[in-house]
Amino acid sequence: MSAVQIRRTGPQLPLSFWLGLSVLSVLAVLAVLAPWIADNPNRLAPAQRLQPPGAGSLFGTDAFGRDLFARMLYGARTSLRIGLIVGGLTLVMAAALAALCVMVRAADAVVMRVLDGLMAIPNILLAIAIISVTGVSLWTMALAIAIPELPATTRLLRGVLLSTRMRGWVEAARVSGCPPLRMAWRHLLPSVWPVALVQTAFVCSSAILIEAILSFLGVGNPPNVPSWGGVIGENRAQFQLAPWVILIPSAFLTVTVISINLMGDALRDWLDPRERGGT
Amino acid sequence: MIRYALWRLLMAIPVMLVASSVIFVILRVLPGDPALMIAGERATEDEIAAIRESLGTDRPLAVQYAEWLGAALVGDLGQSTFSGQPVTRLIGQRLEPTLSLALPTLALSVLVSLALGTLAARRAGSLADKVVTAFSVLGFSVPPFVVGYALVAIFSLWLGWTPVQGYRPLSDGIAVWATALVLPVLTLSTGYVALITRVTRASMVEALSEDHVRTARAKNLGEGAILARHGLRVAAVPIVTVAGIGLALLLGGFVVTETVFNIPGVGRLVVEAIARRDYPVIQGVVLLSAGVYVTVNLLVDLSYTFLDPRIRY
Repeated sequence: MSAVQIRRTGPQLPLSFWLGLSVLSVLAVLAVLAPWIADNPNRLAPAQRLQPPGAGSLFGTDAFGRDLFARMLYGARTSLRIGLIVGGLTLVMAAALAALCVMVRAADAVVMRVLDGLMAIPNILLAIAIISVTGVSLWTMALAIAIPELPATTRLLRGVLLSTRMRGWVEAARVSGCPPLRMAWRHLLPSVWPVALVQTAFVCSSAILIEAILSFLGVGNPPNVPSWGGVIGENRAQFQLAPWVILIPSAFLTVTVISINLMGDALRDWLDPRERGGT
Repeated sequence: MIRYALWRLLMAIPVMLVASSVIFVILRVLPGDPALMIAGERATEDEIAAIRESLGTDRPLAVQYAEWLGAALVGDLGQSTFSGQPVTRLIGQRLEPTLSLALPTLALSVLVSLALGTLAARRAGSLADKVVTAFSVLGFSVPPFVVGYALVAIFSLWLGWTPVQGYRPLSDGIAVWATALVLPVLTLSTGYVALITRVTRASMVEALSEDHVRTARAKNLGEGAILARHGLRVAAVPIVTVAGIGLALLLGGFVVTETVFNIPGVGRLVVEAIARRDYPVIQGVVLLSAGVYVTVNLLVDLSYTFLDPRIRY
């Protein structure tokens, strides 16, 4: 068997991990329950625009009279969904590319040069360029955010696989004529899980940030798809008049991203014996 | 050394080629036709064909790529499909605000992060270290526009020290120019400072634990000399490397910072170009930023020989 056992002898997962996990769980529950506990996030009520938080609705209303509480909960759906999809998409693509690189020498040079070229383009600009052509939908957004994440993730997984390739069981599988796909799936890829898990957490948080930035710039989700970044972008002219319309989505976004990063940092220290017990 | 420099320069060419073809492929091959996007839904077949012809997208891809690249090499990035002006001129007009933002940001980021990272590394585990580390985690997690609006809320709306938004050209006077830039520079710096502080701290902790530092302390060398000559000098290579790679963060950050503060720079040019489906402009700006990234990282590679005498090429 080739499955890598993660042996736990060191300290338990730090408090920060559980803190991050609880915040995200609460958010996920609220996001799932949104249709039952919040109003329609797109209902316009011009008479009620820019109501301060408290009276009538928990977070007040935006410049179009839409209920901010509802927009936050539905925005959580948008953010969490894009984070999960981009995380999964990046992981699958990067793992496939890394396995290809390690198993086919000729492919390695080509793939790595293409990734070098991709890395030279700032992620936001690359995502903007992709969306400008494909138009906006959940999947084109996900792809536009995932592609710029590929160079770093693929490089990381390839590094792990290069050392896995030297292991005895891989050699044994090779001499017994293991077919390539089975080799990749059963013997090589299981070794990347610890690293991949941590990296996917960081890709998730980065994806949520980039989605927010794109929607803020007006390049991402249209106004009928509530998004935290979008709410900030739509209301940026109202900042002086009604700061909460900007500050509330900012807080949601920041807390979510910090929670995921805390979990990622904690997992990395926990899984990597060299980092463990450090400062 | 000169041979190595030339070799590295040669190696930068394939990276630029790949970057340029990636941009080209994205804008021309991905599902989605620029001509359809420009024409809108009610255009006739003839109108779409005419737009394709004016964009040149009716010719074979290889020919289009060769022509675009050949022109780009001699400094011609094509014409804007919106205003008909050369893309290089459009970028040139927006360069002053962007450079006004970029250069102070770079200088400030490097100074602040070296100071913070060194402070944290010198007293690893202390309160100061914990504060700096917490700041660098925060700096990664807080979106740039959130930083921007928070700064505006505090310094412009509450304290009234700086203008809320807008850019003032250098010709209006240095003081006016600088005051308007304070908040944008701080906004753009945050993520970059967090990144470099983190690597400076890690690299300095390692450097300061070496024997020659203990010897220097034993012979009562001044703390400043120890930190500069025995610490930073030794720790420099990873710091410079991460600063180079992290440049992508800044190049993407312009778009956001310029939007928050209404600065008419190159970043705004891209956002405006998207709304106008102005593909040559998008293509030009992306190519330019890839060029800046590759050039800076080439210089970073070459700087290794000066920073670490053990590295010889």
